[in-house]
Amino acid sequence: MRLTLEIWRQKGADDAGRFVRYDHDDVSEHMSFLEMLDVLNQKLIGKGEEPVSFDSDCREGICGMCGFVVNGYPHGPQPLTTVCQLHMRHFHDGDVLRLEPFRAKAFPIIRDLAIDRSALDRVIMAGGYTSINAGGPRDANSILVGKKESDLSMDAAACIGCGACVAACPNASASLFTGGKISHLGLLPQGEPERKTRALSMVERHNAEGFGGCTVIGACAEACPKGLKLDFIARMNKDYLAGTLTFREEASGGGSG
Amino acid sequence: MPTLDSRTPAGPLAEKWTKRKTDLKLVNPANKRKYTIIVVGTGLAGASAASSFGELGYNVLNFCFQDTPRRAHSIAAQGGINAAKSYQNDGDSVWRLFYDTIKGGDFRAREANVYRLAEVSNNIIDQATAQGVPFAREYGGTLANRSFGGALVSRTFYARGQTGQQLLIGAYQSLMRQVELGKVKMFPRTEMLDLIVIDGRARGIVTRDLVTGKVESFLADAVVLATGGYGNLYYLSTNAKGSNVTAAWRAHRKGAFFANPCYTQIHPTCIPRAGEYQSKLTLMSESLRNDGRIWVPKKSGDGRTPDQIPEGERDYYLERKYPTYGNLAPRDIASRAAKQACDAGLGVGPGGLGVYLDFSDSIKRLGAKAIGERYGNLFDMYNRITGENPFAVPMRIYPAVHYTMGGLWVDYDLMSNLPGLFVLGEANFSDHGANRLGASALMQGLADGYFVIPYTIGDYLARGGLAKADNGHADVKAAEAAVNSREKKLLGINGKHTVDWFHKKLGEIMWENVGMARTKESLEKAIQEIPALRDQFWRDVKVPGVEGEFNQELEKAGRVADFLELGELLSRDALDRNESCGGHFRSEFQTEDGEAKRNDAEYAYAAAWEWTGENKPWTLNKEPLVFENIQLQTRSYK
Repeated sequence: MRLTLEIWRQKGADDAGRFVRYDHDDVSEHMSFLEMLDVLNQKLIGKGEEPVSFDSDCREGICGMCGFVVNGYPHGPQPLTTVCQLHMRHFHDGDVLRLEPFRAKAFPIIRDLAIDRSALDRVIMAGGYTSINAGGPRDANSILVGKKESDLSMDAAACIGCGACVAACPNASASLFTGGKISHLGLLPQGEPERKTRALSMVERHNAEGFGGCTVIGACAEACPKGLKLDFIARMNKDYLAGTLTFREEASGGGSG
Repeated sequence: MPTLDSRTPAGPLAEKWTKRKTDLKLVNPANKRKYTIIVVGTGLAGASAASSFGELGYNVLNFCFQDTPRRAHSIAAQGGINAAKSYQNDGDSVWRLFYDTIKGGDFRAREANVYRLAEVSNNIIDQATAQGVPFAREYGGTLANRSFGGALVSRTFYARGQTGQQLLIGAYQSLMRQVELGKVKMFPRTEMLDLIVIDGRARGIVTRDLVTGKVESFLADAVVLATGGYGNLYYLSTNAKGSNVTAAWRAHRKGAFFANPCYTQIHPTCIPRAGEYQSKLTLMSESLRNDGRIWVPKKSGDGRTPDQIPEGERDYYLERKYPTYGNLAPRDIASRAAKQACDAGLGVGPGGLGVYLDFSDSIKRLGAKAIGERYGNLFDMYNRITGENPFAVPMRIYPAVHYTMGGLWVDYDLMSNLPGLFVLGEANFSDHGANRLGASALMQGLADGYFVIPYTIGDYLARGGLAKADNGHADVKAAEAAVNSREKKLLGINGKHTVDWFHKKLGEIMWENVGMARTKESLEKAIQEIPALRDQFWRDVKVPGVEGEFNQELEKAGRVADFLELGELLSRDALDRNESCGGHFRSEFQTEDGEAKRNDAEYAYAAAWEWTGENKPWTLNKEPLVFENIQLQTRSYK
């Protein structure tokens, strides 16, 4: 099939960037979206033009490295699908597709469709873990976790950190990402000791990184390729509130011998 | 011929690791902050090592080429991780896990390493659970298990079909904690392009910042490579697009021995290739073989749809050939059986390159809901890629390159022959012999990173003797200059063909001649064709752009250049090994019923190849494999 692509081209952070039109007449319905771009790039290189930069790695929908906006939809219009797993059979001959990077203040553009999402790492750094070291844990089955809680925790942990939620949100909020991590750990007994302080510090970091606040529009959950639900944001808000109400400075001098 | 010493401790097998830990020298806690360790890679092995070093107090510099450490390719592992917990009360033990693993590897792994792996496997489950890894659970709250290929017990722990993702996120979170604490400095989008060796010891790396193109050197007291496998040599594989051999290969060219490159694993259950444009192959987890039955029509060229083929006209060939293990036969065996069926004209789907993996019996027995709970996300993935619904029609699968058992040679302490260079996870050669069992890669990566290297690296550092070195050192400057001039050369060729064109050509040569079945003739052909393609690459490749910018074609060019060298070594290694074992199947060496025929008298060794210079033959070093505790036998899964 034939497609017309309007692709955002931007050399770097200092370049203003613009859409450039490409006619692509060599598309098979069995290709993935990224394979379609691979073929375009091979042609561009052959013609002596610069190939389109875009990120991808596993191409199985699990690493979270790929992602851009197709006709206004992060990862394209198919629900629960990353753009690497989006296949061309969902498009039609003659379609015009507009590709642009995930746009957010916290995601500077590196080149074309490739962006810098390190702000998400810094949100995790603020407490998205259980503070335990390797070496001394007790037998795994000494911690019992109900199947329901465990499954729900897994739903939240399924986040791949792609940033589609941020791109979908008019406020460029990363609340679904942050709420996902707070819920994954907060639902398990292992994460309970730090549940409230975790919510406090992760939300504060989220805001400091330039992500916007959540106004419960729900576009993030629509865009999420892993189906994370708005409930996780509610859980984040609950833990954050509990954190602010019960916050206490750490006791000094305790424990040192 | 030189013989290598693995420095395995003496004494009974079950006490070797304890003994080694007792004998290791320690670094005083207050002195640990005076040492810097470079870790390349952030997969299960790299992230667990880097975070553990940080927890111990070392300064860590951690590098990855992805935009964040959480994306390393360990994330794509689906099925599970083995451990000898015996929670199922089904007779499992450390010994049994050890034995299954060494047998699964067709008796080509180092006994003591495999035993240690089985021994620490239980700690991994405890550690991951404490981190909050949401393993599947029973209603009573305990951990659930499932079976995997090559084992008759249920010892595989899993988190839906995303076990690798969840274990990696656990390790990544621990790593991020150390980054926040300032013990680990993280360098994402940074690729190692050379190893710095000073006075015979690994002391640092030369890197390229993939965003700015800046080439820079980093020095340390030890270098740890956890850079994964080389399956992308075949172009089409289940590896991530970025997975590459460059870090390991650059270290090899600086003196580290590359061991058993011909041990490549072809995974039996991947989605077949759809067309020329195909960029990678997608695995369908081995766990599907718990409830899916593999079959082909009995009649060659049977054009009917699967539902039109009656039971009596189907050949469930794994169940027929291997009644004891059935559909759970190890990967190498299941792959070859699929190839044999397709070679005999029984294959299904486009080009006849596929076999059915059928869930209809399990759906009848357990209901679609139960099957959906177990494999829902895998079924969805299959549906997204092929447009077919596996609840209604059988999956079509075909083998694809998946994992590489070979890698840099390491001793019992996971140190290469180059002092100060440690190698972990898939990047080393040590634990899986000639074939890796399912759910063992995650186990090895985390065992190496959490429970082996934190001990053994301390011993190396405590022994001291490291001279001061800085970025002005002549060896550092030389390594940097070599990296810069290679980039300039790649960009300056401006030939006719793209990097991908060469990579695909190389992949075709490898798959045709050095794939699932190899012969003397096919290997000699590959040894002719690969250097010719390599010459053409350096004359005729077209790499657009410049070096001082984000340039994805330049990244790929460097990696493919290294694959073009490894491909030759792999073929030579395969030619040199006149036997069949595990993933290395030489058609000349098979039993009457087509099984791999080992030659223990002559080939019970690890082949560790030494680089001797550009366009010069490699030197073979051997590590004899000594089996003190088990008897070598013909692997049987019948």
